[in-house]
Amino acid sequence: MTNTRLEKQITVLQQILGERLVDINQALDEITIVVDSANSLDVAELLKTHPDLGFDTLIDICGVDFSEYSTDTHAGRCRKKRRFAVVYHLLSVQHNHRLRVRIFADDDDFPVVDSVMSIWPVANWFEREAFDLYGIVFNQHSDLRRILTDYGFIGNPFRKDFPLSGHVEMRYDEEQKRVIYQPVSIEPREITPYIIREEQYGGQEE
Amino acid sequence: MAEIRNYTMNFGPQHPAAHGVLRLVMELDGEVIRRADPHIGLLHRATEKLAENKTYIQSVPYMDRLDYVSMMVNEHAYVMAIEKLLQIDVPIRAQYIRVMFDEITRILNHLLWLGAHALDVGAMTVFLYAFREREDLMDCYEAVSGARLHAAYYRPGGVYRDLPDSMPQYQSSKIHSEKTTAARNENRQGTLLDFIEDFTNRFPKYVDEYETLLTDNRIWKQRLVDIGVVSPERAKALGFSGPMLRGSGVAWDLRKKQPYEVYDQVDFDIPVGTNGDCYDRYLVRIEEFRQSNRIIKQCVEWLRKNDGPVITDNHKVAPPSRLDMKQNMEEMIHHFKLFTEGMHVPRGEVYTAVEHPKGEFGIYIISDGANKPYRLKIRAPGFAHLSAMDEMTRGHMIADLVAVIGTQDIVFGEIDR
Repeated sequence: MTNTRLEKQITVLQQILGERLVDINQALDEITIVVDSANSLDVAELLKTHPDLGFDTLIDICGVDFSEYSTDTHAGRCRKKRRFAVVYHLLSVQHNHRLRVRIFADDDDFPVVDSVMSIWPVANWFEREAFDLYGIVFNQHSDLRRILTDYGFIGNPFRKDFPLSGHVEMRYDEEQKRVIYQPVSIEPREITPYIIREEQYGGQEE
Repeated sequence: MAEIRNYTMNFGPQHPAAHGVLRLVMELDGEVIRRADPHIGLLHRATEKLAENKTYIQSVPYMDRLDYVSMMVNEHAYVMAIEKLLQIDVPIRAQYIRVMFDEITRILNHLLWLGAHALDVGAMTVFLYAFREREDLMDCYEAVSGARLHAAYYRPGGVYRDLPDSMPQYQSSKIHSEKTTAARNENRQGTLLDFIEDFTNRFPKYVDEYETLLTDNRIWKQRLVDIGVVSPERAKALGFSGPMLRGSGVAWDLRKKQPYEVYDQVDFDIPVGTNGDCYDRYLVRIEEFRQSNRIIKQCVEWLRKNDGPVITDNHKVAPPSRLDMKQNMEEMIHHFKLFTEGMHVPRGEVYTAVEHPKGEFGIYIISDGANKPYRLKIRAPGFAHLSAMDEMTRGHMIADLVAVIGTQDIVFGEIDR
């Protein structure tokens, strides 16, 4: 039942977006499309306003750092060695369907993506979050400030090269009678290593 | 003539009406709010980053600590995401147990919301009443998982164990004599299901009590009616979900529209508001009490009649029974591998959402085929709701801001993550 519905949705998306669609993919009953960052605003506008799509709610914006992702399949499709991506989850309340849109930022050192705040106002905080945690800059965002980290925080904590224990720790200093920052004193430790099984491990199918 | 200027005021983070650690910087014109800028992140624990460094099972207890008044529903979204990636089926009995505890959690959450909301607005009694019922429901949590709040009861593939045959009993003490203790233990003589059924029979009366105190209360209505009005179109644009969206008149509920587990097997209605103000959202949540109670009743009935496994027998995902583990080498290895290295989740990405008491709670996982998630993103409903705070309070008085904080049902555990 769901499969025919999803296939129909894919055809509709292909018809409407046409050339702007870099990739479209269906897995686990979810549709993912990849769009170039140059076209992102046009596509967002179409996704929201086109009567057959009608994605009236933006559910979530998620920044991703692909620098340690091991493959160019699945979530890394069409990555072309780019490091940062922004993943949008859209929901259409009127048609009851969902869509995932992935936009890779072209420049790894200064990732920039257009803000969709003018289309979905809820994007405001979600974009601030991605900016704060990944350092992805959203063009045309009206109020791009840090949101979750401390006032005066340095760095982008969710990047893969940022250590889990951070760089600085905070304590109250008895002599100076104030709160001070100092380099972390704990050593990072890894109890369970990150293991990816080789293909066909123990006769398993991929 | 004196010069009149707007002034800026700070509210929180340590303020009893701020529901945790909300800091608001407000621009005021007299007592009228011109702009409200919430500063969040004071409870930021980087749950998503921590989860990237933990095996899948080790992150389950982190989920309890997100929205710490609706613990099991958070776990539910997380385990559903893993199950979808692994493509494993959950036994039907586990699905009913999950639905039952989701609804118990919904009542727990709404009770805290109702108590705190009423307290903010000036009614003390409701808070005490609400906590009386929360006590019973947390006893259910305790009976099933051993913990009253942070249960870690839902596991990938099912629930950790079957419902217990007995309820914990009160002990007599200096304060409580033998006789009063016996009276308090009266409804705890049977199984957990007996206790829950007894609760569902008592609960509609309790809801009537809350309604007597509030629904037609003149002060309550003066404080809530026409405060924080959001139109249906605006609610969708602002990313509202759950009671916030339904209060604005949009009949949207994931339990009905995109049913998961056995929500399509149980009978319940979706309450919808008309005006989109704080009072309508109050009414929606009150009706959800009654509907949740209905769902729990149906689940109890089903669970009484049907027995079966409560967790998958795939030992790559769920641990084998202790007995098998002690007698069988194969199971011993499974147990050891599962709790040291953890399970390996196939490559891919998945987004699952549940109808959380506050709205749509979603988990987005990108898996690299490893024993830890490559990226875990938590979509917290409160985050989108709080971001609309500015728009909802603009032009209202400071006292109304407290009502809006109350109606948004803000819990910082999920917003800051």
